[in-house]
Amino acid sequence: MPDLRLLNAEPSDAERIAIDAVLGAGNGANNRTARDDRTKRHLLLPALRAAQQRVGWVSEGALGYASRRLAVPPAEAYGVASFYALIALEEQPADVTHVCTDLSCMLKGATVPEGAHPSPCLGLCERAPASYRTIAGEQPVEEQIPAVGPPLPQAGQSGLRLLRRIAAGVDPESIDAYIQTGGFESLRHARELGPEAVLREVTESRLLGRGGAAFPTGVKWEAVAKQQALPHYIVCNADESEPGTFKDRVLMEQDPFALIESMAIAALATGSSHGFIYVRAEYPLAHRRLQNAIDLARSRGFLEGFDIELRIGAGAYVCGEETALFQSIEGFRGEPRNKPPFPVEVGLFGKPTAVNNVETLFNVLEVVTDGGEAFSGIGTKDSTGTRLFCLSGAVARPGLYELPFGATLRELLDLAGAERPKAVLLGGAAGAFVGPDLLDIRLTYEDTREAGVTLGSGVVIVYDESADLVGALLRIAEFFRDESCGQCVPCRVGTVRQEEALKRLAAGRAHEDELQTLAELAQVMQDASICGLGQTAANAVASAIVNLKVFAA
Amino acid sequence: MSVLLAAPKKMIELTVDGEVVRVFEGSTILDACRMLGNEQPTLCYGDTLTPVNVCRVCVVEVEGARTLVPSCSRKVEAGMVVLTDSERVRTSRRLVMELLGSSVDLSTAPDALAYIEQYDAKPDRFGPDAATVVQDVKVDNDLYVRDYSKCILCYKCVSACGEDHQNTFAIAVAGRGFDAHISTELDVTLPESACVYCGNCIAVCPTGALMSVPEYEKRQAGTWDAENETVVSTVCPYCGVGCNLELHVQDNEIVNVTSPHDHDVTEGNLCIKGRFGYQYVQNRR
Repeated sequence: MPDLRLLNAEPSDAERIAIDAVLGAGNGANNRTARDDRTKRHLLLPALRAAQQRVGWVSEGALGYASRRLAVPPAEAYGVASFYALIALEEQPADVTHVCTDLSCMLKGATVPEGAHPSPCLGLCERAPASYRTIAGEQPVEEQIPAVGPPLPQAGQSGLRLLRRIAAGVDPESIDAYIQTGGFESLRHARELGPEAVLREVTESRLLGRGGAAFPTGVKWEAVAKQQALPHYIVCNADESEPGTFKDRVLMEQDPFALIESMAIAALATGSSHGFIYVRAEYPLAHRRLQNAIDLARSRGFLEGFDIELRIGAGAYVCGEETALFQSIEGFRGEPRNKPPFPVEVGLFGKPTAVNNVETLFNVLEVVTDGGEAFSGIGTKDSTGTRLFCLSGAVARPGLYELPFGATLRELLDLAGAERPKAVLLGGAAGAFVGPDLLDIRLTYEDTREAGVTLGSGVVIVYDESADLVGALLRIAEFFRDESCGQCVPCRVGTVRQEEALKRLAAGRAHEDELQTLAELAQVMQDASICGLGQTAANAVASAIVNLKVFAA
Repeated sequence: MSVLLAAPKKMIELTVDGEVVRVFEGSTILDACRMLGNEQPTLCYGDTLTPVNVCRVCVVEVEGARTLVPSCSRKVEAGMVVLTDSERVRTSRRLVMELLGSSVDLSTAPDALAYIEQYDAKPDRFGPDAATVVQDVKVDNDLYVRDYSKCILCYKCVSACGEDHQNTFAIAVAGRGFDAHISTELDVTLPESACVYCGNCIAVCPTGALMSVPEYEKRQAGTWDAENETVVSTVCPYCGVGCNLELHVQDNEIVNVTSPHDHDVTEGNLCIKGRFGYQYVQNRR
């Protein structure tokens, strides 16, 4: 028990009630922490979020009350609260609008009205320009603006796999509608097969992770399944924040039961009794639909021996890094851990953990239903199955597309209606720009790797002749400078120096050797940063300089 | 009958810069380097602290690894082939020092200054407009000052104040990215915080961002005289624990008190009395 000195300010009644709603009732006048609360640090972020939702910011009283209830030293609680962009530590109006100024919305002329906050990508790229509004109060409101986007471009088409139910317009809030369209069949089948057979099928499918790192799912699951330490955890990484990415949002909003079902299968295969879905804060519709799906699935007995908890972020791109995500759930700052040890050995709460992206888990349903071998017959030899692509920017039909691996970028752009692109950003801010010369590249892991680019999270942002590429690079540099957790020197200072150099180049005030400096920053950020954020923070900039010759004299 | 207290430790063999070395399982690459007398630069590493591997100045190249790895925390593995002085390693170390040197006042950080020289780093390459962490010195108590213009964010003070040593948790890292900084809750002054003035944070600070008031005042007045400083070993007179003290004396005046890191009672830590309660010694009435 740390030697606690507590903040003196008291919470308001509203703040106390909001925090108690998350933590359970406190023990009244006695301010000493109840023994049970001492292991509940993982409820710190939910408690702070509750206060924020209730009164619009986290006051000294609310911060002090949350730390007292959870026996978290106030300095640490402050460190956590000040880490997240959506936790305000100064009083602000109850009604706040966050206007996306990121890549896709920039291309659609986003402007920030007075009083609104500029925001990194909100994952609403197909309906750009977009914003996210929060109204604090007893009945807090969180809404995505516009509330609906264009219809799924491939709606009504046959042959879709992951988007099958969404394309058919199945009611995402009805468990009966889900069951009538084949829902929970994969889970039933998986239970018949048993854990070993499910692992075998997933391994045979050669399914690779869809979050960006392309790690073999079967290898990950087997590694967790064989760990002696208990319990094992399943974590769904739904902190989708890569600029230009919205695939996981569409899946969670429009087909939430499928995620619950696939997590139950993952739990069976890895011997996990508890799962978490960590969703970014800016996806309120996904929160509601997932919670509804969890509740209904539990009440219908589909989650026997397994339970799922929804955890909501608070505005931090880095929490999509798997170990930062654990830190965030555990109630610490979202600072990535050093690897090794890897999550399969030492993950959430220090226990063996399988972390999977939403789209990856959706594929598991196909693997179990069709068998691993059949699944591996789709796509190419090294990239099996289908892939979701998030199209935005200068395209006639923006939105989410599903194609078997092997389709070319040109085919995809033709589907979406992109006329004569000047450049395409593949894989998001952490990805790479390609020029018109690379349009015939096949969108597979192996082809992109060979070309020195990446599919990343499936981002495809199209830039036409009129687009301001230098402006896009400045926005990317700003993004990483803003989202760096600040832990390691190469990323914390390197992202600042990268942005400074780009600003000088853009303004025609470049130092001698500026491009050389950028190249060296890129090398060292990639080589010496702790996590993927710093390691990829210079990718897009470097690719634009090399592939597009953006700053060529 | 013999009793086995713990399983015997396995020896791991690896190669560092072409030299074969055998170390106990669980050792770090840094430990292995030191066995060979091959010292690595470190800033956030502390011999009595859990490695946080954030400064990245100790990175080395490990054959087969995609990125460089921090030698202070990476455990050795059998057959590892480590390079501590390759072009890649030197480039990273040099740039890390340039990034630090261009953003932080390293004037009282002897190790950092030595690494800048060693790696031929040019912190001014980013130009005169490069952003820095410059800010006002925090003087809010009689015992020590906090000059975060000199802070490289090595986390050592946080570890010393928290889990590794003192368990007081008066300070933590707050904010994010380049704005990340060491802070009390809501940036309250130290007297309003949980600080117990053990000064264990000063003892681990590698840059002089945390400094005793006597040292700070002497440096301000231009009378700081490290070259003629003498160190007197003694035992703390206050309680029965028996902490070893090292009195740092300049011009017949105690300017700082530390404790040896290899002292098994203190591991370099002291309490407010041992670290700051020496005035009576020099009460020259």
